Amino acid sequence: MNDTLANTEKKTAYILTLPAVLLVFSIILFPIFANIWISFKEVELKDIRIPEPRAKKIVKSISDEPTKIKILYKLRNSSLIQEIRDVSFQDNFPKNFEIENLDPRCSYEKYNLKCEFGNWPAKYRENFQVIFATNDGSSIDKKNLKSIKPKLDGKSDNILLNTNFTLKNFKKVLFENEFIDLLLTTFYYTFFGTVGSIVFGILTAQMVNQKFYGRTFMRSVLLFPYVAPVVALAYTWELLLDPNSGTLNSLLLNYQIIETPINLLGQKYIEISILGFDFKLRLALTTVIMFEIWRYFPLAFLFILARLQAIPKELYEAADVDGASPFQKFFNITLPQITAVISILFMIRFIWNFNKFEDVFLLTGGASGTRTLPINVYQQGFAISDIGMGSAVSIVIVVLLLMFMFFYFKLLGKRVDEN
Amino acid sequence: MRIKNTILFSLISTFFLIFLISIWKILATLQGLSINSFNIEIILIFGFLISLAHLGIGDRIKSIYKSIIFSSIFVFCDGYLIQKLPIWYNVGVFLILYFFTNKISKYTFIGLKEEHSTQVILFDFLTLFGILFFSFVILFPFYMMLVTSFKTQIALLVNPLDFSINFGQDIKDLFKSYFVIFKSYKFGKYIVISTIVSVGTVIITLLFAIPAAYAVARLNFFGKTFLSTSILIIYMFPAIVLVIPLYTIFSQLGLRNSIEGLLIVYTATTLPVAIYMLQGYFKSIPKELEEAAILDKLSWFGIITKIIIPLSIPAISSVALYVFMIAWNEFLFSLMFLDNPNSFTLSRAIQYLSGDAETPRQYLMAGSVVVTLPVLFIFVYFEKYLVSGLTAGSVKG
Repeated sequence: MNDTLANTEKKTAYILTLPAVLLVFSIILFPIFANIWISFKEVELKDIRIPEPRAKKIVKSISDEPTKIKILYKLRNSSLIQEIRDVSFQDNFPKNFEIENLDPRCSYEKYNLKCEFGNWPAKYRENFQVIFATNDGSSIDKKNLKSIKPKLDGKSDNILLNTNFTLKNFKKVLFENEFIDLLLTTFYYTFFGTVGSIVFGILTAQMVNQKFYGRTFMRSVLLFPYVAPVVALAYTWELLLDPNSGTLNSLLLNYQIIETPINLLGQKYIEISILGFDFKLRLALTTVIMFEIWRYFPLAFLFILARLQAIPKELYEAADVDGASPFQKFFNITLPQITAVISILFMIRFIWNFNKFEDVFLLTGGASGTRTLPINVYQQGFAISDIGMGSAVSIVIVVLLLMFMFFYFKLLGKRVDEN
Repeated sequence: MRIKNTILFSLISTFFLIFLISIWKILATLQGLSINSFNIEIILIFGFLISLAHLGIGDRIKSIYKSIIFSSIFVFCDGYLIQKLPIWYNVGVFLILYFFTNKISKYTFIGLKEEHSTQVILFDFLTLFGILFFSFVILFPFYMMLVTSFKTQIALLVNPLDFSINFGQDIKDLFKSYFVIFKSYKFGKYIVISTIVSVGTVIITLLFAIPAAYAVARLNFFGKTFLSTSILIIYMFPAIVLVIPLYTIFSQLGLRNSIEGLLIVYTATTLPVAIYMLQGYFKSIPKELEEAAILDKLSWFGIITKIIIPLSIPAISSVALYVFMIAWNEFLFSLMFLDNPNSFTLSRAIQYLSGDAETPRQYLMAGSVVVTLPVLFIFVYFEKYLVSGLTAGSVKG
C-alpha cells in the first residue's frame, strides 16, 4: 500500500516537473553542448541557411490567342555555396487546361504538372517555360492562375550535421595576440565593476539604514537604475557624455574645469599625472565600468540593507555603553556582520559582469579598448559572420566560468568547515 | 580640543553647504541661466562664518529667527551683490540656506565637548551628503531623458545646457517627438508586441513553474536534489553563450523574427528562478492543509489550484512582476532574433532607431521614456512585491 503511494507520488512529480525540465534543457543545456559541436567546425553565417529550391511564377498572355497562356517559372537555388539534390516540382492547373509543350523532365496528369529537375548546383538558375491552352475555348483568368503557388522540394546537406571537425577556431582564439588583451579587458571590467558596485552598495545601505525623512522614497529611487531598461539608460548616458553637445562636457566647459571636451566613450587612453607620476588611464573602459557600477550597485544595496536591518540592536547599544565611536562601530560591528553577504554578492556580480554583453555593446560597441569576451562572441559570430569562431569564444567563456565557480565553491566550502 | 572641534565642525558643514549650492547652480545652469563659476571661495568664507556665528550665538536667539537672519544675509551678499540672477534662483538659495542652518542648529558648543563629537558630525553630514549625492547622480539621467524628449533639435544644438521647457507652447509642439515616434516609427505596434511578449512570458512561465515548484517543494522523487541544485547552476549560465546555437537552430526552424521564438527563449531563461522562488514559498505553507485535502480525495491538480495557488498569491505576484520586468527589459535575444521591423520589441526598436545616425536625439529619448515609464510605474506601484522578487532572483544581472 505504502509502496504504491510512493509510486504515484513519484509519477505525479515527474508529470509536474517534466514540461519545465524539457523546456529548460532544450533551450539552455542543449545549446551549451551544441556550442561545443559548432566550435569545432568551420561554419559561417551564410552556411546556416538551408538551401531551398525556389520558383517565381510569371503568367503572360499571348497576343491574339485568348485561349492560350504562357507560364514562366524562374527557378533558382537559393544557396550560393551548396547544391540541392533531386529537386522535384509540382503545380496545379484549372480543370480545362491542356499542355502544349511538355518538357522531357515533366509529366502532366490530372491537371497536375510534375517535374524532376535532378541536381541543382550552387547559384543554379533556369527559366522554365510552359504553354497551356484551354480545351473548351474559354478565356483565361490570369489572377487565379497566379494565386496557385508551385511546390518545390529537394535534398541538401546541412553543414551543421556533417562530421568535418577542425581545431582552427580554438587555435585562432587562443593564440592570436589579442587574446591576452581581451582577457585583461574582461577582467578589469568585471573586477572593478564588481568591487565598485559593492562599495557603493555598502555606502548607500549604511545611509538608508539611518532614519531620515523620505527614507522609503530614497529606497525606491536607489533601485531605479537596476529596474529600468538597459537600452534607455545606455542611450541616455551616451547623450550625457557626448563630446560635442553632451551635457557633462558642456557643464565642465561652462565652469572652466576642462578646456577641451573629453570623448569619454571614444577615447582609449588618457594621460593623467598625479603627484608627478604620469600614467595612462583606459578612459572608455573606465567610463563603461562607471556605467556598470551605476546600474548594478542597487542590487548590492538591496542585499546589504536587508542584512543590516537584521543585525541585533543590542550590539550597537553595548558598543555605545563602551563608548565606541561611529567608525569603530562600523568597522567592528557592521562590517563583520555583512562579510557573508558581500562574498555571495561578489560571486554573483562577478559571474554576471563577466558575461555582461548589453551594457558595453550599447555604449561603445566594443570600440576604444572596451572589447570584452562576450562582445567578442558577438563580433566574431555576427560582425565577421564566423559562427564557428563565435562558438569557440563562448566555450572559452564557459570554461573560465566553470573554473571560477569551482574555486569559489572550494573556498566557500573551506570557510563553512572552519565555522 | 574645543577649538579643534569647532574648526572641524565648521569645515565639515561648510563643505556640505558648498555641495548644496553647487548642485543648485548646476540645476540653474540647466534652466538656461549663465553661471560660469561656482564661487567656491566666497561660499567657503560665508559658510565658515555662519557656522561659527551659529555656535557663538547659541540659544540667545530663537533658532527660526537665527536661520532666517543667516539665510537672508547670505542671499543678499551672494545674489544681489555678486551675481545678479533672477528671483527664483535666490529663493532657491534662501531655502537651501534655511535647510542648512536648520541642520546645523542641533549642534552646540557644549555638544562639541563630548567624546567622538567630530566623528558623529562627520557621519551625520556624510549621510546627508550621500542622500543628496546619490539622488542627484541617479535621478539626473532620468531627468535628462525626460526633458530632452520635449526639446527640439535646434534648441539642443544652440545651447546644450538649456533644458528649460516652454510650457506655454502648443501641446502638439511640446509632445512632437512622441507624435513622431508613434506615427512615423510605429511605436504603438512595438508597445503591443512588447506587451504581448512580456505578458505571454509571465503566463507561460507560471504555468510551467507552479507545478514544477510544487513537486520540488513537496513530493519525494528520484533526482529531486539534483534538480533543485541544478536549477540555480543553470541560471548562472550566461545568455551570451546560448546565443549562437539558438540563432542557428532558430534560423533553420524559421523561428527567428517571430513572437513564438522570443516567448520560448524568455520562458526558458526565467523558469529556473521562478521555480526557485516559488518552491521556497510553497515549503512555508503548512502541510496539514494538503493532508486534509488528500483525505478529501483531491487530486494534485485540485491541491495546486484550490490550496497552493490561493495561499501563495503574494509570492506568485512577485514572481510575475519580476518575470515581466525581465522580459520587458530584455535586449540581447531581441537583438539577435529580430531583424524585421515588423516584429520588433520596444528595446530592439530603440536600438534600431539609434543605428541611424540621422535620427534626432529627442526621438531617441522619447522612445526611451516610452520604454522606461511602464517599468518604473510598475516598480513604484508594486514595490513591495518587486523588491522581494529582486532579492530572491537577484542572480539575474
